[in-house]
Amino acid sequence: MGRKLLLEHINVPGINTFDVYRSKGGYASVEKALKTMSPEAVVEEVKKSGLRGRGGAGFPTGMKWSFLAKPEGVARYLVCNADESEPGTFKDRYLMTYIPHLLIEGMITSSFALGANTSFIYVRGEMMPQIRILEKAIAEAKAKGFLGKNILGSGYDLELYVQPGGGAYICGEETALLESLEGKRGNPRIKPPFPAIAGLYGCPTVVNNVESIAAVVPIINEGGDEYAKLGIGRSTGTKLISAGGNLKKPGVYEIDLGLPVEEFLYSDEYCGGIANGKRLKAVVAGGSSVPILPANLILKTINNEPRLMSYESLADGGFVTGTMMGSGGFIAYDEDACIVRNTWNFARFYHHESCGQCSPCREGTGWMEKVLHRLEYGHGKQSDMDLLVDISKKIEGNTICPLGDAAAWPVASAIRHFRDEFEWHVTNANEATTRNYGLAHYADPLPKLESVAG
Amino acid sequence: MLKVEDTQVPVDFSPELISKFDDIVSRYPLGKQKSGLLPILHLVQAEFGWTSVPAMDKVAAYLEILPIEVYEVASFYSMYFLRPQGKYVLEVCRTSGCCLVGAEKIMDHIEQKLGVKEGEVTADGLFSWRGVECLAACGFGPVLQIGPEYTFYENLTNDSVDKLIGDLTAGKRD
Amino acid sequence: MKVTIDGIPVEVEPGTSILNAARQIGGDIVPPAMCYYSKLEGSGGKCRTCLVKVSKGSEKDPRPMPKLVASCRTTVMDGMEVQNITSPEVIEARKGVVEMLLINHPLDCPVCDQAGECHLQDLGFEHGAAKTRYEFDRRTFEKIDIGDKIQLHMTRCILCYRCVFTADQITNTRLHGILNRGDHSEISTYISKAIDNDFSGNVIDVCPVGALTDKTFRFKNRVWFTKPVDAHRDCDKCCGKTTLWYKGEDVIRVTGRKDVYGEVEEFICNTCRFDKKKTADWVIEGPRKISHKSVISSNHYEFIPLPVVKTNPVLMEANKEQFERDTRL
Repeated sequence: MGRKLLLEHINVPGINTFDVYRSKGGYASVEKALKTMSPEAVVEEVKKSGLRGRGGAGFPTGMKWSFLAKPEGVARYLVCNADESEPGTFKDRYLMTYIPHLLIEGMITSSFALGANTSFIYVRGEMMPQIRILEKAIAEAKAKGFLGKNILGSGYDLELYVQPGGGAYICGEETALLESLEGKRGNPRIKPPFPAIAGLYGCPTVVNNVESIAAVVPIINEGGDEYAKLGIGRSTGTKLISAGGNLKKPGVYEIDLGLPVEEFLYSDEYCGGIANGKRLKAVVAGGSSVPILPANLILKTINNEPRLMSYESLADGGFVTGTMMGSGGFIAYDEDACIVRNTWNFARFYHHESCGQCSPCREGTGWMEKVLHRLEYGHGKQSDMDLLVDISKKIEGNTICPLGDAAAWPVASAIRHFRDEFEWHVTNANEATTRNYGLAHYADPLPKLESVAG
Repeated sequence: MLKVEDTQVPVDFSPELISKFDDIVSRYPLGKQKSGLLPILHLVQAEFGWTSVPAMDKVAAYLEILPIEVYEVASFYSMYFLRPQGKYVLEVCRTSGCCLVGAEKIMDHIEQKLGVKEGEVTADGLFSWRGVECLAACGFGPVLQIGPEYTFYENLTNDSVDKLIGDLTAGKRD
Repeated sequence: MKVTIDGIPVEVEPGTSILNAARQIGGDIVPPAMCYYSKLEGSGGKCRTCLVKVSKGSEKDPRPMPKLVASCRTTVMDGMEVQNITSPEVIEARKGVVEMLLINHPLDCPVCDQAGECHLQDLGFEHGAAKTRYEFDRRTFEKIDIGDKIQLHMTRCILCYRCVFTADQITNTRLHGILNRGDHSEISTYISKAIDNDFSGNVIDVCPVGALTDKTFRFKNRVWFTKPVDAHRDCDKCCGKTTLWYKGEDVIRVTGRKDVYGEVEEFICNTCRFDKKKTADWVIEGPRKISHKSVISSNHYEFIPLPVVKTNPVLMEANKEQFERDTRL
């Protein structure tokens, strides 16, 4: 059983209150950082920990912090990205609901490290209950002297505010989030300049995911080196995985990075296998934006090695046979799930959420949705698959922000791995409206390497 | 384009509401009061049930920004209703994770139960419903939420939806 | 700073964008720009037609940039090497962008007043495919009336945001904006309002397509049958320097003076644009020079010689097709 760094006390009654949280060693990282460390030393610990951004991109958090410009007399901001909307991901909601003080503590420690005196937690508007929980937790922390002026007598001031979003997936993109925080439409900005130079109100800004901020707490408490001992290779520490779909035990699990996917899926400690005794057909391993993989490729890499829950192992094989860690939104599909329908569902999502600023994404996402809709409802053509792949290529890499890529990858990968199911929807259009394609060969043992290469 | 009557509903902000606005705006640096737009629109919608043109114009005047800036923002985000809604808006997640566990059947059931199509309001003015994109609760699907508190109802079944609608009709809300 | 675009070196000021560096060279290597407008701050980056490949980042850091970049919003670095029409990747991406811009465009050029001076038409001609692969209904919008001077055709709009920047930066207030999101985004006033103030007419000039056209010129003539003539008058609101578009003896339209990239030299006021339609109102300067490639110049005015770029062997090799087409003329 792996160590729990974030969710260790999640089941303690009353852990959402300041007193209980504090009695379990809460806010120790604030005391340690403010009383015994310099901001630079805190940044150094985070760098040493090897922590990688938990929002999806996996960029090393310490490095992101070290890029922050520090011009004299200009305010700096830390903004926490709690606009969790990636289909498949619900870890941040879980964390904010049950252990809000962990995020508050992380925000204080991180703000200190970055020299921010005003910090924001941007929470998606739909999470109004979580906003109330956070506001209450902030009030408690403030009453106990952990926020406000001269925190713990250190001379460091910090105000922390919760900002609600208005319902837009795109605001999870950091520059769109900043635009939204400034009260504008959530249109991603054109980079450069990056937020580290000119972010919120044109000031240097760091935007971090909820889980990344929370992970700063154990990193400071135990030291970056200790944190880096957990995990595997460059995937250090623990990661929250949101497991959903056709699983026996869906939920949020904290795993040591490096756990085999098979163990995560089937052991009773985690997901407990597929619900209703069915067989696994496919997995989206890191939220809807990452490539979908059939059962055989998610459990084993193309070299027939067990696939692990780590940034590197999930990406093994590139986009041909691999996927990505993403935000850790793990969706399992059983043998009765229809991949075409699911791909259409994802395409509809991206079509709905595209901000409409740049042309490939604005027009391409709608086009893909329409073609997939036609395929799903029995009016598809054999040429549609090539068309979809071509549209996805025209979007990918040509847009202002990564939403274009995120819309293109699920479609391209579904066709790459499940092409015969798509074709079946064309050849057996009537049948496809009444029954599913089933498991087919998607869980068969992988063929030998040579035949794949050919 | 809006209907004329939508632009003429009377709107009055109470002093309590204005003081909540003041509190929000005080969070931001001087001159950056526009940052308060999204939270203020949420408050306005909670108060009036939807976001009307006169309400947006008043918000614009309060924040000292152009009315079009408010329209642009309110129409961009999916949570602001630019048309009158039922008292309770049932928003059902329709994205992948919830779909796998039966969100579409739940939506069909709601449509049949309420007797109105997506986006329409029931005759008694109590309910409207719509499918929304991922609500970040994929492990507890199917889910729906009801504003303005955005209370969450998880692991929905036809029975639990019936009970929920029954409770709301009877004026019970937890 | 020295930057090389498609093998042609040019010296530019620090802070110049790749696109503007390319414009200093001129000719075919200038990326097309549908949303960027040098006179409007913050414009650009959205349409993605000006994507180029940076094959060498700079002298200091020669690594190529991983993705294609929007040349209008990417600043040059010393020693940077850029590929535009010499990169098949760029040509392919641009083709994709043009296709995307056209799938929901009504293609109603036969009844569109912009035809002949439409950037999307030019772009489609130069980079598009003859047939569409889009088999669905094209997007439509509810018609809205924005006054008796300016005609809004939302179906033609490519959402370049230029008119929004114009209203913000040139006029004294902004009544219209971008409403909704994604492919439902539209230019609108939301509630019925006439867009009418001293400089509002400039949104017509900046619009790259026929989404915003001059109502006083509506259906009066095709632009290639009209004769552009430069003229000026003493105006207390603007520079008063305009182009008059003649049909026979009549001035049927007044616009700002557009350069080879379709940008006006200076913005003009609504009085000059809409109310001064008599020759007597103006001091005539002479015929407006129009690029020989434009349909407007068909049958008249002087032939502008092929730019020096045409003699560049790298370009001739890389872009044979277009070179042949141009030199045939």
